[in-house]
Amino acid sequence: MHRAAPVIAALCFALPSIAAALKTDPAKSSVSAVFKQMNVPVEAKFRKFNAQIDFDSTKPENAKASVEIEIPSFDLGDPEYNKEVQKKEWFNAAQFPKASFVSSALKGANGKFDVNGKLTIKGKTADVSFPLTVKKEGVNQVFEGALPIKRLAFNIGEGEWKDTSMVADEVLIKFRVVTTQ
Amino acid sequence: MPRYSKIAILLHWLIAFLIVCAFKLGVTMVDIPGITPAKLKYFSWHKWLGVTVLGLACLRLLWRLTHAAPPLPHSMPSWQRSAAHGLHGLLYLLIFTVPISGYFYSLAAGVPVVYLGVLPLPVLIEPDPALKPILKQVHYALNMSLLAAVALHLLAALKHQFIDRDGMLKRMLP
Repeated sequence: MHRAAPVIAALCFALPSIAAALKTDPAKSSVSAVFKQMNVPVEAKFRKFNAQIDFDSTKPENAKASVEIEIPSFDLGDPEYNKEVQKKEWFNAAQFPKASFVSSALKGANGKFDVNGKLTIKGKTADVSFPLTVKKEGVNQVFEGALPIKRLAFNIGEGEWKDTSMVADEVLIKFRVVTTQ
Repeated sequence: MPRYSKIAILLHWLIAFLIVCAFKLGVTMVDIPGITPAKLKYFSWHKWLGVTVLGLACLRLLWRLTHAAPPLPHSMPSWQRSAAHGLHGLLYLLIFTVPISGYFYSLAAGVPVVYLGVLPLPVLIEPDPALKPILKQVHYALNMSLLAAVALHLLAALKHQFIDRDGMLKRMLP
């Protein structure tokens, strides 16, 4: 008994956080960016990303989320364009192959929340806040939202691409993360 | 010799001019490697021109259906009449199908068309990676057909003007 007690205590302490870490379903989840090129909205997907969500609907204020996005998986639907946007003046993927988001606070109730956190793209970190909806779909939970950013704040599009009449500064990052549990 | 109506003449030359611009832009823009601001601009202009041609083609077809073309001269052999009607029919078909194929190609590529950068046009199909290369080929093949048809049309006009000397060209001159 004496020997087992600290182990059990450690387990009890560790369990809640293990139980709260949700398993994501990559096939049903998506992260994409919608940008406007001469006023034409174009949506491109990040094919590879890893989302860690720690969420208990009874204690949403304790929720934590972090998302890591593989920049080379950005898909504009054309191999030539995909290659082009990895270059230095756009994402500079050779130097910054990953973008990330880490939450710092979540407020709200009844499936509607406001999230604050830090977004890092191309080595630049900015504080962001955006609305999030959480809903049940059968046994799954769906975390959905959209995060408006300014691409120039992250140096995405250097040189002649700073001209926002060609590609607008405003970019909308859309996400839908489905967790199975 | 009776001439085409003023509206028919205007539509003919306006559409011809816009097609030449769109064609020239089209072959120029696809040869620009990578992505440049000029390339993106040319793609947008090319699409605006195509949509304009399609709109004018609709007007032109309506006008043609309600206003008969001036009769061909009696001196013209019947095979030439058939050839002329056939070629004109083909040209009408192509001024519709070339822009329509380009429009659907753009949609399949996931790029909707926003006319003149202000008017979003209907997104009739979802982005479709499987359909995209097919529509690209279709758009290209229709354009090559248009180029061939326009070349024949021009040659026939020059033949009437300089070989037959029957004044046929005057029917359509502004």
